[in-house]
Amino acid sequence: MRKNKNLLGKWAFVNGTIYDPFKKINIDGSILIEDGIIAAVGDIDISDAQQIDCSGQIITSGFIDIHAHFRVPGREDKETLETGAMSAMAGGFTRVCVMPNTDPPLDTPEAIRFIKDKAESVPIQIYPIGAITIAQEGMEIAEYGEMVKEGAVALSDDGLPVENGQVLRLALEYSSMYGVPVINHAEDIPLRNGGLMNESALSTRLGLDGNPDISESVMIFRDLEIAEFVSGRIHIPHVSTKKSVDIIRQYKEKGVNVTAEVTPHHIGLTENNLINFDTNAKVAPPLRTDSDRKALIQGLKDGTITCIATDHAPHTIEDKEKDMKHAPCGMIGLESAFALSNTILQADGFSLEDVIGWLTDGPASVLEWDINAFEVGAPAEITIIDDSSTWKMSTEHIYSKSKNSPMIGMEFKGEIIMTICGDVAFGKVD
Amino acid sequence: MGALSTKHFIKLEGVPKEDIQHLIDTGLMFREVLDRPIKKVPSLTGKNVVNLFFENSTRTRMSFELAEKRLSADVTNFSASSSSLNKGESFKDTIQNIHAMKMDCVVMRHPVPGSCYQLTHYVDAIVINAGDGKHEHPTQAMLDMMSLYEKFGYLKGLKVAIIGDISHSRVALSNIHGLVTMGAEVTLCGPPHLIPIGVKELGVSVNHDVDEVIEWADALNILRIQRERMGVGLIPSVREYRDFFGISQERLNRHKKDIVIMHPGPINRGVEIDSSVADGDQAIILDQVLNGVAVRMSILYSLLGPEEEGDNEKK
Repeated sequence: MRKNKNLLGKWAFVNGTIYDPFKKINIDGSILIEDGIIAAVGDIDISDAQQIDCSGQIITSGFIDIHAHFRVPGREDKETLETGAMSAMAGGFTRVCVMPNTDPPLDTPEAIRFIKDKAESVPIQIYPIGAITIAQEGMEIAEYGEMVKEGAVALSDDGLPVENGQVLRLALEYSSMYGVPVINHAEDIPLRNGGLMNESALSTRLGLDGNPDISESVMIFRDLEIAEFVSGRIHIPHVSTKKSVDIIRQYKEKGVNVTAEVTPHHIGLTENNLINFDTNAKVAPPLRTDSDRKALIQGLKDGTITCIATDHAPHTIEDKEKDMKHAPCGMIGLESAFALSNTILQADGFSLEDVIGWLTDGPASVLEWDINAFEVGAPAEITIIDDSSTWKMSTEHIYSKSKNSPMIGMEFKGEIIMTICGDVAFGKVD
Repeated sequence: MGALSTKHFIKLEGVPKEDIQHLIDTGLMFREVLDRPIKKVPSLTGKNVVNLFFENSTRTRMSFELAEKRLSADVTNFSASSSSLNKGESFKDTIQNIHAMKMDCVVMRHPVPGSCYQLTHYVDAIVINAGDGKHEHPTQAMLDMMSLYEKFGYLKGLKVAIIGDISHSRVALSNIHGLVTMGAEVTLCGPPHLIPIGVKELGVSVNHDVDEVIEWADALNILRIQRERMGVGLIPSVREYRDFFGISQERLNRHKKDIVIMHPGPINRGVEIDSSVADGDQAIILDQVLNGVAVRMSILYSLLGPEEEGDNEKK
């Protein structure tokens, strides 16, 4: 249904509402691109360009995902940079940061360079995140300086926590000279106790081992104490509990350099999605209760959480057809991230512009990227949205190599019509 | 099918009172069959039942097999250690192989909660849960309830205590759902860290003082202390467990009251229960075993048996 379209030559996006999420302003007029480069914005002459009519649609800056798993190298059966890029563009994303828990992990400058080189051939921008520790074993810090020089934008052992507090301290101290945040997967493994879902009355009813909310909040508390002590820069991934939000808020108020993200599934779904033992809803951290879900939304509202990140985690159907214990954690998220967030958050009184902000300005701030939207002379990074469209997610909307999504069958408000990366457009194009 | 409100028998949570009473009543009728010289009826002639056990079991498997044979079903047994599940063949493949052999009913035990429910996505056959991890063991709870009903003549208002490691017990969870539905009063008794979070929301009370519980209860269902299911260090010592939760002869003697003693087996004599208690007059442990066959016949018959005319045939 969605197709690629080459935008060589002059193309003008006309009749839409242009929204700059970094300056938070609407711009009257049109956007003109020439061979994939922004040529002019505003009240401009478009007479010699081919026109794309965006009536009733929002033209905004491409989304940024600071947390995705593209499985390269090692598990190309789950995702490749190419399929990941299609999945991203289907969801409005033009920049994706990929986590280093690959096989082997991205823990050397060579591995970072490998991703950067390979990413040359896909239309979106891919930014590798380097491992905090060698082989993600949580023991020895990796070559942060060399990795950053090759293009690493952050450090994380995501999928696994840095369990040793001293190692995290060293990582926060050492990384500070390279200007990148440390992202620690916050989970106290002994407290997780093999949990397969949120620990609650529901996990008791289902007989599934519970992963309590304190397995996350205890680790976040430790991490923030360390970050405060060494003046480190820390980013908290996929916050899932009310307790975690409360702790982050408290340390933010104390002036600790902390940012936090939330996933669309943690603000859109709850543990009730597991009632029928749906392995597609098995994710780490687990889906929590409705009160956690509401606290996460409150966290976005009061600025404790400043961005939405997908934690796009593709798995093969074979992996997800295993039983609840053996099926791996994770769900894909790029295709549905905007629509799910938009549906949930607009129903809660937020605006489309708020949602766009958490997918653009929010993640850019975490990485301290200074982005000038629609800058003349820069490659196009544009997302076009129809906020009035309602649609029902099915496998045909999925471009990831994997189809592991509990969102299949859900009704959404707001649809990505087209995503433009340079001279490539992907979406509902003629 | 038709006698029950559900196609499968996977959990007691949500099963209506009428279904449970029907299964008990039918089970009591099959008890009569088991007292006959020829303990066999032709009700399930021509039906194929496979007992699919991914976890060790002797008594539950034997009980199902006897129930199936006494109903004249054709029985196939498939045992796989749970380790073979990890060897590459997926759960789905194993199941689909069995499905291809056109079974009418799958009785499955599996170490992972929810696997019986997942099985219903892959096969057309009727699925009966013989225990899925620490989720449910509904046929065990049915035999427990049938035994209580046989003994007391009612379940509504009956005071039943379940004693032991509730957190790791599928027997406890199924009993809780069934007994609460039938209007019994249920108290759970065990060390606080072995009582799962939120269990009171299921309509039960919790009391850690076993002597108070004995004073209160009409019947005690004493769970086996399953060391192999627990992480290390959950119970500091046998003597401490026995001292605080064991149903010893001395403890029972102190209370001087009639109380019915149940145990799902296998028994750790001298740990959760004394030999003299398990073998004593108040124990109905062996009645439970026989009722297990009868109630499993009742469940198989109600799910697989012929419709109305069949009821007469059986009688």
